Amino acid sequence: MTETVTKPEPPESALSAPYWQGLRDGRLLLQACGACGTLRHYPRLLCSACFSDAVSWRQASGHGHVHSWTVAHHAFHVGFRDELPYTLVTVDLAEGPRALGRWRGATPRIGLAVKAILRQADAAAVELWFEPDGEA
Amino acid sequence: MALRDQACVSGIGETAYMRGSSKTAFELQIEASLAAINDAGIHPSDIDGVIPIGIVSGIAEDFVDNFGIRDLRYSALIPHGGASPVMALQAAATVLATGVCRHVLITFGRNVSAGSNKAGARIHNMPQFHYVTEFEHPLGNSAPAQIYAPMARRHMELYGTTVEHFGAVAVACREHALLNGNAIMSKPITLEDHRNSRMIADPFRLLDCSLESDGGAAVVVSAADVAADCRHRRVFISGVAVGHPDSPASITQRPDMTSLGIGKAAPRAFTMAGVTPADIQVAEIYDCFTYAVIRQIEDMGFCEKGEGGPFVADGRLRLGGALPTNTHGGLLSQAHVWGLNHIVELVRQLRGDGGRAQVAGAELGLVTGYGDLGDGALAIMRRG
Ligand SMILES: [Zn+2]
Repeated sequence: MTETVTKPEPPESALSAPYWQGLRDGRLLLQACGACGTLRHYPRLLCSACFSDAVSWRQASGHGHVHSWTVAHHAFHVGFRDELPYTLVTVDLAEGPRALGRWRGATPRIGLAVKAILRQADAAAVELWFEPDGEA
Repeated sequence: MALRDQACVSGIGETAYMRGSSKTAFELQIEASLAAINDAGIHPSDIDGVIPIGIVSGIAEDFVDNFGIRDLRYSALIPHGGASPVMALQAAATVLATGVCRHVLITFGRNVSAGSNKAGARIHNMPQFHYVTEFEHPLGNSAPAQIYAPMARRHMELYGTTVEHFGAVAVACREHALLNGNAIMSKPITLEDHRNSRMIADPFRLLDCSLESDGGAAVVVSAADVAADCRHRRVFISGVAVGHPDSPASITQRPDMTSLGIGKAAPRAFTMAGVTPADIQVAEIYDCFTYAVIRQIEDMGFCEKGEGGPFVADGRLRLGGALPTNTHGGLLSQAHVWGLNHIVELVRQLRGDGGRAQVAGAELGLVTGYGDLGDGALAIMRRG
C-alpha cells in the first residue's frame, strides 16, 4: 500500500485569490494600490501609504536579487521529506516588494541576480521558484 | 516616568520541566500559578487580574472558577508568542500603577508532546502566522527554525557573524543549565559539539534551537505598596517597553530582515529605568535560537549592530563574565515555556536566590521577550 503524502495547501481567500490564479496563469502578480499605485506583497486589505482599499494587480517582471536564503535539512512537514535538502530564497523583486520562493541552482549568495520560475507542482498547484538570472 | 517602580514581581512559580508530561497544559498552568501565589504569600482569591499567556491552556474565566476570584478587574490576552510574558509585565505594571488591580497573575502552561502539536504544525493555527501559513508553508517554510534562518544567514554574510559566535551562546546556556536542578538538559557541551550537531535549517544546527518542552510557569505582579506586605523582598519593575518590527507579521516584507521590535523598545525601557546597558549585572535574554540572543544584545545597545558575535564570543555571557546571561539555562537548555521562565529566573537572581548560578551582588538586571516574527519587549528590574 502506498502512502500518499501531500503538501500543505494555501488557504486562499477572496483577498488573495487573484495572486493564486495569477500563478496558475503563469504570472507573478503583486497588489497595486488603486488610488496611489504603491505596490505591496503579501496581499492585504489596505494600502499602508494612503489607506485606500482599492486594488489592482500588476505583473512583476520576476527579476530581482537575493536578500537571504536558508537550506532546509529537516522536514517540519512530512510533505517535504522526500525533497531534503532544499533551499528557500528571499528575493528583492525589481518592483520593490520581496518574495519568498524555492530555489534551483548552486548555493545562493546575497545580492545574486535571480529570475522567477513558475513551476507546476501538481494538477492544482503552481509553485514560485527562483534561479540565477544569466551567469551565476 | 509614570510606570517606573510602581509594580513588583511578588511571586514566582514553576513546574518541573520535561518532555512527555502526563499532565495537561492547564494542569501545568494551575500548578505553576498556585506555586507563584503561594510564593507571594497571598491566597488564590486575592488575584484580581489575570493575563494568560497565549491561548494554549486556561483563560481568565478558568482562574475565576478555580481560584474563587470574586472580583476580577482586569484580564488580557497578548498574542505575541514569546514576547507576551514581558509584554504582560508592561500590562500588569500599567493596571497596578493606575490602581485598577492589586495582584495580577501572569500564567502559562503547555504540553507539546502530543504529535499534533509539533512545531511544524501548531503555528499554522495561529493568526499571527497567517501570511506564513498561506504563502510560505506550502513552499516548505514551515517552522520557526526555517523562518528565522534567513535573518541569521543575512547577519552572517553582512557582518561576519560565525558558527563559533552562535556556539558561544549555546555553550553558556548549557553551562548554566548544569547548575539548575530543573533543567531538561544535563550534559555539558563544547563549541565543537555545537559545530558538529546536525544541521536543521542552515545556518541553524540542532544546538542553535530551543527545546520542545512541557511545563508551566507563573508570576504574580503586585502594586509596589501592596508588595511590601508580601513574603519576599520586593523586585521592582523599573523600566518596561514593547516594540514591533515593520512589518510585524511578515519577515519577508520587512525592509530590513534583521531588524527586531526590541530595537524600538530598548531605549524606552532604559530611559524609564534611568539606567544604561553598562549598569546591567544579569540578563535573561529570550533564546528561541542562539542568533536571537546576539541580535537582541545589539539592539539593546550593549554593542553596535553587527558586533554581537564578537561580543558574546569571549565568555562574556558566562557566570563571572561581564554580562552573565540566561543563568537558568534559557530556552536552549532549561526549557521552552515562552520565556516566562526568564522572568522567574531574573526575580530569583535579584532576590539573591540564584543558588549555584547566583550572580554575586546582582541588584539590577533585565529580561527580554521575543515573539512570533520579531515582536520584542524588555523589562529592567531591580532589587528593593
Ligand atoms: Zn495607496
